[in-house]
Amino acid sequence: MSSLLFRRLWTAPTAALSLILLAPVAVVLASVFASSGDIWRHLQETVLADYILNSLWLMLGVGALALPLGVIPAWLVTSFRFPLSRQLEWALLLPLAFPAYIIAYTYTGLLDFAGPAQTWLREAFGGGYWFPEVRSLPGAAVMLALVLYPYVYLLTRAAFQEQSACAVEAARVLGAGPARAFFRVALPLARPAIVAGLSLALMETLADYGVVQYFGVATFTTGIFRTWFGLGSSVAAAQLSALLMGFVLVLTLLERRARRQARYHHASSRYRRVAPKRLQGWRGGLALALCALPVGFGFIIPAAQLSVWAAQTYGASMNRQFLELAWHSVELALLASALALGAALALAYARRLQPGPLTYAANRLLSLGYAVPGTVIAIGVLLPFTWLDRQLAKWAGALLDLDPGLALSGTIAILVFAYLTRFLAVSLNTVEAGLEKIRPAMDEASRSAGVGGFGLLRRVHGPMMRSSLLAAALLVFVEVLKELPATLILRPFNYNTLAVRVFELANDERLAAASLPALTIVLVGIIPVMILNRLFTARLAYGE
Amino acid sequence: MSRLFILFILAASLHAAAQEGGAEVNVYSARKEALIKPLFDAFTEETGIKVNLVTGKADALIKRLELEGEQTPADLLLTVDAGRLHRAKEKGLLQALHSERLEAAIPANCRDPQGFWFGLSLRARVIIHAKTAIDPARLSTYEDLADPKWKKQICVRSSTNIYNQSLVASLLAHHGKEQTERWIRGLVSNFARPPKGGDRDQIKAVAAGQCGLALVNTYYLAAMLDSDLDREREAAAQVALFWPNQAGRGAHVNISGAGVTRAAGNLASATRLLEYLAAPPAQEWYANANHEFPVRRGVPIGPVMRAWGDFKADPLALEKLGENNPAAVRSMDRAGWR
Repeated sequence: MSSLLFRRLWTAPTAALSLILLAPVAVVLASVFASSGDIWRHLQETVLADYILNSLWLMLGVGALALPLGVIPAWLVTSFRFPLSRQLEWALLLPLAFPAYIIAYTYTGLLDFAGPAQTWLREAFGGGYWFPEVRSLPGAAVMLALVLYPYVYLLTRAAFQEQSACAVEAARVLGAGPARAFFRVALPLARPAIVAGLSLALMETLADYGVVQYFGVATFTTGIFRTWFGLGSSVAAAQLSALLMGFVLVLTLLERRARRQARYHHASSRYRRVAPKRLQGWRGGLALALCALPVGFGFIIPAAQLSVWAAQTYGASMNRQFLELAWHSVELALLASALALGAALALAYARRLQPGPLTYAANRLLSLGYAVPGTVIAIGVLLPFTWLDRQLAKWAGALLDLDPGLALSGTIAILVFAYLTRFLAVSLNTVEAGLEKIRPAMDEASRSAGVGGFGLLRRVHGPMMRSSLLAAALLVFVEVLKELPATLILRPFNYNTLAVRVFELANDERLAAASLPALTIVLVGIIPVMILNRLFTARLAYGE
Repeated sequence: MSRLFILFILAASLHAAAQEGGAEVNVYSARKEALIKPLFDAFTEETGIKVNLVTGKADALIKRLELEGEQTPADLLLTVDAGRLHRAKEKGLLQALHSERLEAAIPANCRDPQGFWFGLSLRARVIIHAKTAIDPARLSTYEDLADPKWKKQICVRSSTNIYNQSLVASLLAHHGKEQTERWIRGLVSNFARPPKGGDRDQIKAVAAGQCGLALVNTYYLAAMLDSDLDREREAAAQVALFWPNQAGRGAHVNISGAGVTRAAGNLASATRLLEYLAAPPAQEWYANANHEFPVRRGVPIGPVMRAWGDFKADPLALEKLGENNPAAVRSMDRAGWR
C-alpha cells in the first residue's frame, strides 16, 4: 500500500470519528447562542464571582498540594534507596483507586465535630481546643489533592526514570550537589511530565461535584447544578459549562505553548539509568516519612475506616445483587477502556500522519470533556442519541412498520459513549505522549526497509509504545469505575453499578452501609493501578 | 451497510421485547432504590406486573424524559418534592389522570387539581433543639429564627438543598419577596457555622453542642432514633422536635409523589401502581420503613413518630412551591444564604 493512500484511508474515518465524538461538547458549546433570560444578570450580580474565585482557589490549593506530594516522592524513590522504598514506589499510586467523594465522606466521619476524633478531644481537654474544619474550601483542596497527586507522581516518576544518568552526572561533575542537581537539571527536564500530570489533576478538580457539594463550597460545578436544578434553567447551566470549557481551553493552550519552546528528548542514543543512592540514618527516615505521608492519608487511614464500617455491615450488604453491581461496574469499565484506547490510537496516529493545526485543534477539543461535570456531558450525549433514535424509529416505521423504541439511548451503548467523551483526554494524552517519543527518523528507516502503513504501526510503533497503550486503557478503566454522575442519568432500567449504590447510600447519610461497595470500588481499582506501576517501571527495559 | 445496521438493531430490540413479555411498568424515580424498591417488589408479587426502575436526580430524569419525548419508555415519574412534579407538568411531560381511588385516598391539597400528579407521602421540615440547653418555650415560628436572640445558635444545610428552597418558596408565598429576604438575612446572621453536610449532620451538631437549633426534615430524626448504630441513636436522643407555627398557618410540608407520563405506553399498569402506592398497606410502609407521614388519613404510624404528637400542616397549595422555586433561589443568592 502506498503511504499516501494509507494516509488518506486513515484520515477520513478518523475525521468522521472526531466529529461524532465532538458532538456532545459541541452541544454544550452551542448553548452559548440560546437565550436564558435575565439569569446571567442575576448570576453576575450575586454569585458568579464566588463561583469563579472559589474554583480558582480550589485549583490553586490542589495544585500547591499535589505538586510536592507527587514530585518529592517521585524523586526520592527513583534516586535513592531507603527503608521500604521499593514498597512505597507502588503504594504511592494506591490513592488513585479512591473516588474523591468517598475519601471526603470518610474523613468527615472521622474528623467532624461530632466524629470520634473531636469527641475524644472534647472528653480529654474540654471545649477549649482548635480544630481545622474539614468541610471547607481548604478541606476540599486537601481531599482532592490526596487522591489526585498520583497523576503527578506517576508521570513525574516515569520522567525521572527516563532521564539518562549523563545529564545528572554531568551536573555532579560540574560541582553541583544533589539538591542543586535536582533543582537545576532533573526538575526542569521533568517539567513536561509534571505539567501533564498536574493538568490532569486540575481538570479533574474543576469537574468534581461530589466533594464540593458535600462540603458546601460554591464552585463552578455546584453553580452549574444550582442554576439548572434550583433556577430551573438548563440553558444557563450549559452556558456556565461552556464558560468552564473556555477556561480549560485557555489553560491547555498555555501549557502547550510553554512546552513547545523546548525539546526534551535525549541528545545521545546512549541511555543509562541513574544508580540509586542508599540513604542512611535520619536521611533515610526523613525520606521514608515524606513518602509515607501521602500513602497514609490518601489510602491507609480512609481504607482502614471503610474496612471497619464494612465489617459492621457485611452481612446485610453481601449478596448476589451485590456481585451483579460489581460485574456491571467492571463490564462498563472494560468496554469503555478498550474503545477509548482504540479511539485514542486512531486520533493520535492521524495527527502523526497529518501534523497540522486541524488535527491538533481536533485533539485538543476532544480532550475538553475531561473538565466538564459528568451530568453536563450526559445531557450533551442524550441530545444526539435521542435524535438518532427518533430518526431510526421513523425509518423503521416507514420501511418495516416496526417500533424499535430507544434502541441506542435505552442501552448501555449511550453510557459507554458518554465515558468516551468524558475520558478520552486521559487515553489520548497518554497515547500521544508515547507516540511523540518515537523519533520520526524511525518511521523513515522502517519505510525504506519496506515496512509502511499498517505494518509500521503493527511491527514498529505498536511494540515500542506497548506500555503507553496499556497505561491509557488502565487509566480509563479506573476512571470509569469511579464515575458517577453520567452513569446515574444514562443507565438503562434495572442497571446499577457500585458507584451508584455508594452514592445512593452515602447521599442518604448512611455511610456505614455505603462502605462495602465503596471498598469494592477501591479494591477493584487497585488491580489496574498495580499493573500501571509495573508498566511504568518495566518501560525502561524496552528503552522507551 | 446502514440498512444492515438498522436490521441488526431491530433484531436486537425485538429479541429484547420477546424475552420480556407480560405486563410491566417503567419508572423514573428520584426516590432512591432502597426507599422504594421493596414496595415495587410487593406490587409485582401481588399483581404479576414487573416494575423496571431507573433512579437518579429529579431534574436529570425530567431532562431525559423531555429529550426522549414521545419515545420515552417511562410510564411513571416519581419525585421527592412537589416542585419537580410541577416542573414536569409545566413542560408537558405528564398527563392528567382521573382515578376515584386516588382522589378518595389523597387530600385535595396534596395532589394536582387536574390530576397531573399525586402526593404519596408527607415530609415536614421542623425545628429541632438541644433538649437541655434550649427551653422550647422560647421557640415559636420559622419567622422567629431570624431574631437576634438566636445569634450563633442555628445550624442548617446549604441553600442548594431542595428542602431549604421549598421552605423559602413557601415563605415567599406567605410574605412576599422583601420580607422573605429580610428573614433570610436575619437567619444567616444567626448561623452557628457555614452551611454544610446533610440533615443528619445538623442533628449531630446540635447533639454535640455546636449549635442550639437546626432546621431538618422529620424522617431523618426518626431514622436516627430507629437506627441500628448506637452513635446515631445516642445523638438523636440529645435533641427534641418542635412543631413550628402551630398557632398560625402550621408547619411547612412537602410531598413525595408521582405522575403518569404523557407518552406512557403502559397506562393501565402505571395507574394500578399509583393506586397501589396510595392504598393502606403501602401507606403504612411509608410511615414505618421511611418514617414519612402517610398522605392517607387514618393509617397507623410507628411509636417514634406517634410520640411527636399531631401537628398542623401549612395548607398552602403545593404547586406554589414549584412555581416559587426559582424566585426562592434568587432570594437566597441575594441575601447571602450559601
